[in-house]
This record gives sequence, C-alpha cells and structure tokens, in this order.
Amino acid sequence: MAVISRGFHGRARDKGHELPPGQYETTGFPVLSAGPTPVVSLDDWEFTVRTETGVRYSWNWQELMALPSETPTVDIHCVTKWSKFGTRWQGVSLDVLLADVESGAEYALVRSYGDYTTNLPLEDLLDGKAWVAYRFDDEELPAEHGGPARLLVPHLYFWKSAKWVSGIQLLDEEEQGFWETVGYHNYGDPWREQRYQGD
Amino acid sequence: MTTEPGFLDGNAAAGDLESLFGADMTTAAGQCQGCGLRMRLAEAHAYLGGPGTVLRCPGCEDVLLRMVRSPNHLWLDASGLDYLRLPAAAG
Ligand SMILES: [Zn+2]
Repeated sequence: MAVISRGFHGRARDKGHELPPGQYETTGFPVLSAGPTPVVSLDDWEFTVRTETGVRYSWNWQELMALPSETPTVDIHCVTKWSKFGTRWQGVSLDVLLADVESGAEYALVRSYGDYTTNLPLEDLLDGKAWVAYRFDDEELPAEHGGPARLLVPHLYFWKSAKWVSGIQLLDEEEQGFWETVGYHNYGDPWREQRYQGD
Repeated sequence: MTTEPGFLDGNAAAGDLESLFGADMTTAAGQCQGCGLRMRLAEAHAYLGGPGTVLRCPGCEDVLLRMVRSPNHLWLDASGLDYLRLPAAAG
C-alpha cells in the first residue's frame, strides 16, 4: 500500500509567497500611527528632494500625476510582525523622480507631513525598489494609509515606507529618523530580521 | 494642513509607563517642551500598537515621550518634556 504524503507546505508558500522569519500573514491592513493623521489638500501638496549641497527639486500634485507611473504588486512586512501578500499599488518610481537630481549622497532621510521621518541608504530607493504611491487596490490612497501619497519600499520593514510623504533629504552622513532614534534598525531588512539596533 | 486625531488618552499607556518608572503614571505630571502646557500624563494623547508607545501634548500635538521595548533593551526619549513629576512611593 502506498502512502502518499502531501508533504508539509505552508499555505503562504503554496500561493508563491514567503513569510520572513518571525512574521505571520494577515489579510487585513492594520492602521498604525505614531501621531495624528495629517490632512493635506492636493492644492497644497508638494514633494521635495533636497540634495546634500542644498539644491532643491520639487513637484506639485499635477506634476507628479504627469509623470509615468507603475503598478507594483508587492508583499509588505510590518515590524509589528504582520505581513500582507500581494498588495496592489500605483505610483511613480523614485528612479523617475531622482533621474535629474545631481547627488553623490549615500543616505536619505525621508520626511512626512506631520513630524515623521525615517532613514535608509539612497541606493535602496533606486533601481525599481521604491515608489511614491498614490493609489491602493484601484482606489485613491486613503489618508489613514498615508494618502494623498506615501513612500513604498517593500523590501524593507514597512516603517520605512513613510505615510504622508513630503520629501527626501539626501545626506553624506546617515541621520536617524523617528523610530531609528529610539532603537529601531537603520536598515530594517525583514529577511535578516533587522528589527532593532544590533539585530 | 489640518489633522485628524487617532489617539487614546494617556491612561492607555499607563501599564507601559509604570513598568518603566515603577510608579503610578496616571498621576504623574509634566510640562510640554514645545508649548509649555502643564498636564497630567493621563491627559496626554497616546498612540499605541505601532513600533512603540508615543505620548503627545494635548495642546500642540508635539511628541512628549517615545518608548520602545526590544527583547534586550528599553528605549526612552522624554526630551519633549521640560520636566516629569512622579509620585513618591507610598509608605
Ligand atoms: Zn505642547
């Protein structure tokens, strides 16, 4: 009599997704905030890049909408241990926004409307790895999830994907952001479980 | 720019703070470094459930205190407070 084992496959693996260490899958989209939700009118919205030499580049909402967009479908991983598979976004690649920006900087400090900031190496914003996203699941991005526009850097823990993004400061020296100054990791790779400093 | 609140009152962070200071934090008081408002911490606006605990000033929404608990460390930034006044242990 042959016993056929189906083996041990997690449900997540069957769908072609993998969970980083220490994470669990959620189908909801938890709302986590470190402060009040800023309400930014599209007339006032602006995205600004400042280089390490002080040169300023900015885009208003119409200018952002006029840029070519992409529709990435990505898995996202929150440091509070939930992961969400196959999230669908629309946004402008940072490759497009930074194409004409002259900089030799190695680091970026991302700023949001409100007082949120987060840091990461500049190279992690380039080569198709990051977007300024303004639609989620075929809808305008709701304010509680970071609308009008948020950063999307899905290969790092989701606190790096700053909600209500307002700009990026390019820096020669690393400067820590809101969570990084109280113990969170400067890089935050979920596959190496870099949650806290020293991980 | 306007903002929409999404906070709990400071009592929601009482357990976290008590484990840190070893005193009943709901009767603790402080002064906002940003706007000078004096308050009981129970009146502060607490944002919980994210990567850490954040207390904000009920007057100006500036951060008063941030606290993060990792497996090996407890991180605290209370630089948004001019002072923090704790009750002395009873007895
Ligand atoms: Zn204040």
